[in-house]
Amino acid sequence: MTYFLQQSLNALQLGSVYALIALGYTMVYGVLTMINFAHGDFFMVGAFLCFISVARLHLPFVPTLLISMAGVALLAVGVEVAAYRPLRNAPRVSAIITALGVGIFLEHFTLALSPYPLHIPPAFANVTWSAGGLAVSSLQVVTVLLSVGLMAALQFVVARTPLGIAMRAVSWDRDTAALLGVPVDRVISATFAIGGALGGAAGMLYALSYPVIDPYMGVLVGWKAFISAVVGGIGDVRGAMLGGYILAAVEIAVAVALPSTYRDFVAFSLLIVLLIFRPYGILGRPRPQKL
Amino acid sequence: MRRNPLPLACFAAAAVMLGGCARHSGDTIRIGVIAELTGAIPAVGASCRNAAQLAAKEINDAGGIEIGGKKKMIELVIEDTAAKADQAAAAVQKVITRDEVAAIVGPNSSSNALPAAEIAEKGGVVMIAPWSTNPKTTLDAQTNLPKQFVFRACFTDMFQGHVLGKFASETLKAKKAAMLYDVASEVLKSQSELFKQSFEAGGGKVVAVETYTTGDKDFSAQLTKIKKAGPDIVFLPSYYTDVPLQVQQAHRLGLKVPFLGSDAWSTEELIKMCGKDCDGFYLSNHYSPQTTNPVTRRFIDSYQAAYHSVPDDVAALTYDSFGLLRQALVAAKTTDRRAIRDALSRTTDYQGVTGNMRFTAGSGDPVKGAVILQIKDDKFVWVTDVQP
Repeated sequence: MTYFLQQSLNALQLGSVYALIALGYTMVYGVLTMINFAHGDFFMVGAFLCFISVARLHLPFVPTLLISMAGVALLAVGVEVAAYRPLRNAPRVSAIITALGVGIFLEHFTLALSPYPLHIPPAFANVTWSAGGLAVSSLQVVTVLLSVGLMAALQFVVARTPLGIAMRAVSWDRDTAALLGVPVDRVISATFAIGGALGGAAGMLYALSYPVIDPYMGVLVGWKAFISAVVGGIGDVRGAMLGGYILAAVEIAVAVALPSTYRDFVAFSLLIVLLIFRPYGILGRPRPQKL
Repeated sequence: MRRNPLPLACFAAAAVMLGGCARHSGDTIRIGVIAELTGAIPAVGASCRNAAQLAAKEINDAGGIEIGGKKKMIELVIEDTAAKADQAAAAVQKVITRDEVAAIVGPNSSSNALPAAEIAEKGGVVMIAPWSTNPKTTLDAQTNLPKQFVFRACFTDMFQGHVLGKFASETLKAKKAAMLYDVASEVLKSQSELFKQSFEAGGGKVVAVETYTTGDKDFSAQLTKIKKAGPDIVFLPSYYTDVPLQVQQAHRLGLKVPFLGSDAWSTEELIKMCGKDCDGFYLSNHYSPQTTNPVTRRFIDSYQAAYHSVPDDVAALTYDSFGLLRQALVAAKTTDRRAIRDALSRTTDYQGVTGNMRFTAGSGDPVKGAVILQIKDDKFVWVTDVQP
């Protein structure tokens, strides 16, 4: 029983990180119908900002969190204005290629600044509580609680605030929303900022839990988060959260039941099968094509 | 609107001129240095490069090497593999065909050295891999016979696995061991398999075998499984960038047993990143910085004076690779690749900084010993020597 609980805790922590990143993917897809493939690298920048804040500026937890979130939010808005907005009405393929290009640019820019993997010293005392064989670390608790808190805040923004209403309107029909007076450009920038902030928070939490960072760390995690978003239903905020936890649970479950070598292989195969039966993801709906 | 042909013509001309640029060795002896300067294990590449430059400088300061009656200087051609196998192969190809090097030193990690060795063998150029311990590096992939042109400066995993297995059962008195290794890395996988053979031959039992893939950061599932199996020690042949994560996550999960490492642990960066978590752990290595051997001490002092840090085993082995190469060049008196190879294979007694080495007929693997080190008070401390 303890063993099962222990692994569940592991899955919760990992799932929180995936969910936070997946939200960035899903929100951008929602308003722009575009996959921001550079989002995994935004996450990486968040981790590096965390490094600068903790190792160089010696700041405690909360200022570090704010720096990571604000920094990546600014980066995301900057990328949107500079790279994606000019291609707003171009063929989808151009936007995707640009997104991949932005990602590669960020990776190599960071690589040029810091070719060696960097180690982040502990930002705050990590306490491990032991309860009958179950080990719970304060870092795990903080990761899960903070992620859930951020997701709840996002859900509130999307469902209850004017900005949220505007975001949903733009995601349903951009042109009509513009005709009805919604400031589309600003809404899209705000979407990128929020998605970026969440990615930055994820980067910081990930960096504190796995404190060796390198410029390519966002690639694999980004892909996994993207797949989480798709599995949950791309475009749907609750879908992204659900997808993140499902992917983490499947990964951990596979590592437990089978030799850990098969983990990624089986996890992704299961996801392919899921998509065969539910192509739009668990909570997704087909987008009607208006003729 | 007619397209202006001029920019295209200029570009084409420039491309042709640059493409035709092949370098010709004239008055220098070109040695290719293939190292992992960026990517997953840059400290390894940096050590290799530093030691190579130190070795070349010493040879040149002493007047160079006499080739065909004239004294020629060593010129290094340094290439980066970014710790990727395909880039390693491309780098070796480039130094052989474009730079026309006389010999190659590097790459270090076996996953890079294996493809590089194939290319060097086909190209007929001597390649000395300083740090690659995987037995397959010097063996032909199809026939399993030794390669002609590929040598190494270190011992192989056969010897290392044997040393570690023995150490675990006899000195650490462990009865049950668990292993965690990178399944995508040929060398780490082989180290684990050979350790298992040696440990079980000594009467121990491997109770858990867990794997991960290169680039994974979360090992909580595997470590939880290992904890459940209740081992006395965990064999962890991981590179220095992964060890701190693995050990810290293990401690967070309450897994407090000692960890045993291989030469993949060997750089100072590991102690810096791992800190207190790694204190007390043992690892096998190619040399000990605390040795009293005068040849080694001289090297350590020069390296420290030039680079302000204690050289790790990669640096020591690279320095020895150059030493072996220098001895072969002096004996061959020519930069003909075949002659260099023959001279190198006849090395019977080379006093290197990593110990006494000799090559036996037909094999690129030197006969030499290993050391066991312990991490204590943020330093690598010598525990014992093991001779073959």
